[in-house]
Amino acid sequence: MGAAQLPTTEFEDAGIDEPGGSLEAAQAAETAAPEDDMVQLLGPDGTLRHDATFSPFLERLTPEKLRGFYRDMATIRRFDQEATALQRQGELALWVPLTGQEAAQIGSGRATQPQDYIFPTYREHGVALTRGVDLSQLLKLFRGISNGGWNPKDNNFHLYTLVLAVQTLHAVGYAMGIQRDLAADPETEPAAAVAYFGDGASSEGDVHESMVFAASYNAPVVFFCQNNHWAISVPFEVQSRVPLVNRAGGYGFPGIRVDGNDVLAVHAVSEWALEHARSGQGPVLIEAYTYRVGAHTTADDPTKYRPAAEEDKWRAKDPLIRLETYLRAQNLADDAFFASIKNDGDELAAYVRKTTLAMTVPDIRSSFANVYAQAHPLVAEELAWFENYEASFADQGAGTVAGSTTENGAA
Amino acid sequence: MTTMTIAKAINEGLRATLAANPKTLIMGEDIGALGGVYRVTEGLKAEFGANRVMDTPLAESGIIGTAIGMALRGYSPICEIQFDGFVFPGFNQITTQLAKIHTRSSGQLSAPVVIRIPYGGGIGSIEHHSESPEALFAHTAGLRIISPSNAHDAYWMIQQAVACPDPVIVFEPKRRYWLKGDVNTESPGLDAFQAQVLRAGTDATVVAYGPLVPVALAAADTAAEEGHSVEVIDLRSISPIDFDAVTVSVEKTGRLIIAHEAPTFGGLGGEIAARISERCFYALEAPALRVGGFHMPYPVARVEEHYLPDIDRILEALDRALAY
Repeated sequence: MGAAQLPTTEFEDAGIDEPGGSLEAAQAAETAAPEDDMVQLLGPDGTLRHDATFSPFLERLTPEKLRGFYRDMATIRRFDQEATALQRQGELALWVPLTGQEAAQIGSGRATQPQDYIFPTYREHGVALTRGVDLSQLLKLFRGISNGGWNPKDNNFHLYTLVLAVQTLHAVGYAMGIQRDLAADPETEPAAAVAYFGDGASSEGDVHESMVFAASYNAPVVFFCQNNHWAISVPFEVQSRVPLVNRAGGYGFPGIRVDGNDVLAVHAVSEWALEHARSGQGPVLIEAYTYRVGAHTTADDPTKYRPAAEEDKWRAKDPLIRLETYLRAQNLADDAFFASIKNDGDELAAYVRKTTLAMTVPDIRSSFANVYAQAHPLVAEELAWFENYEASFADQGAGTVAGSTTENGAA
Repeated sequence: MTTMTIAKAINEGLRATLAANPKTLIMGEDIGALGGVYRVTEGLKAEFGANRVMDTPLAESGIIGTAIGMALRGYSPICEIQFDGFVFPGFNQITTQLAKIHTRSSGQLSAPVVIRIPYGGGIGSIEHHSESPEALFAHTAGLRIISPSNAHDAYWMIQQAVACPDPVIVFEPKRRYWLKGDVNTESPGLDAFQAQVLRAGTDATVVAYGPLVPVALAAADTAAEEGHSVEVIDLRSISPIDFDAVTVSVEKTGRLIIAHEAPTFGGLGGEIAARISERCFYALEAPALRVGGFHMPYPVARVEEHYLPDIDRILEALDRALAY
């Protein structure tokens, strides 16, 4: 069973030597978490591995679904490239690339059901795709025209959250709401909340508090941690001396470490965890062991803090290549399939580009309108002042237009 | 009309809310079997059950953060923070998350979370138990902040806070929890965000809220004995502030004194003084004056009587205002 702690909550001794407090020693401790100590169903070479608990989940996957995983991963990678290009061309203030983490996001997102509710960080573009969010809407935040961009109720996919880890508590609270709905009406459709976060955010106190609350109330929540190894420039070993999955034992719920670049394994463990939560058995922590192949954001420069050889090592574990190898070997997909995906990806990229460039700058009056849900005298007073101020320029015949791109407001 | 303490009035207001709306629930530390350290929630767990009156883990960020999540699922959580000085572990969730949900979602989401915070000094307690941090929250757009000063308002304002679609922080004057007053359970009178003139006067206006309202009324009594007619306004709402009510009063009296326990520097008094100076410049006979705490961490209990504004401090400000 490897890294999976199911359902026992016994703490696994990771066998770490005392590092003597040095950073070098702490980083060397990574060897205490061997990469094969995790659930893997599809190896980097594209061949299947056996796992007693999770291999049976593969029987649920039709060829169409397997091809769909590839389509999703390729689509979101193409989207990621286009968004990065848009940022480089000055159309986005910032972009947060996900390349390398496609399997972790698609595998987990495709395991969710419509009634589940997802709380992302700001990098879950792949999960957004699986939830049916119009991907172009993700760019509103990064284009500086919205702090959200989509209606979370449409797809049960919450707004991106930039303050690290706060959403883990929101997910637990949402799950506590599901429990109360079930208590009030047993006919309520069982559902789970999913909290996405990363290895960096795992150091935030809110992750701890969220796991305490989830455990205490046995809330139907899945904590999905993408350990992509780098919190901007700080390596994972500074965040934790032991595999993150070990923390689950301390809270008293199951933890599963999974190869985050293996979409089949991620999907299987996510289905297991979601069914565990939905069926009233409580929270689960999944640590998806993956890697951020690109920069933290487009403002970042990974060459300053990590060797290229490390990136090369992870490129060899590319989630798309291994699934392509598998699909071809099983005669589940041919050249025409992959060509069609490339074509569809280019079409999506063109749509995203066109939609983004056509996005209009909002009127600042909408900012006044949405501070409060109920009328507020101070907001009304300041809006009235603003209207008068704007109108004063109109008298001069060359006024600014509120919400225009004019920067200094001067006519 | 019935007479009860402020603590009991909040308790009855919570009971009425829980009974009327199955989506409301109360959460906090020690609020269940114990009934809260001030017994404000006494008896509610027995009446409504652990699912709706929830003892939480000892984690303020967790309380606010999970309340936000429950609100997103359609619930109206009422959180109790045990003491003013312990709200800060939840400050991040309140200011970066709760306050912004409505605006970040372009108005599509709202988080009707209510946060009750016993606040203020005068109880002879140890550090972190006597603070008045309301200005820190008033500075954050998206939050509403109210503070009842009497039992009737306490009974109604907690219910009005729950009914409001915006997040509301209710600062409860803890040293007045045992202050008795008449409660009209049939009619609230004002809405939660309006100020109330408690005493009419012609020579000066004293604006106060929460624990200092009885002090302001007592000061007005003393001033009357000295021949000065003081109007007393209970602000009731700290965000928004009912500036119209204060304006009407100051246009009449020409003098304004704002009293709060919180330090004056960067506080609500300065905000009120600035705005009323703009609105009532030609009516003012004296600069608006503030009476409040000093620029220091809340002092030790044995000297707090020198820190807290009292009747004499308000009268001293009145004398200064009248001397112009």
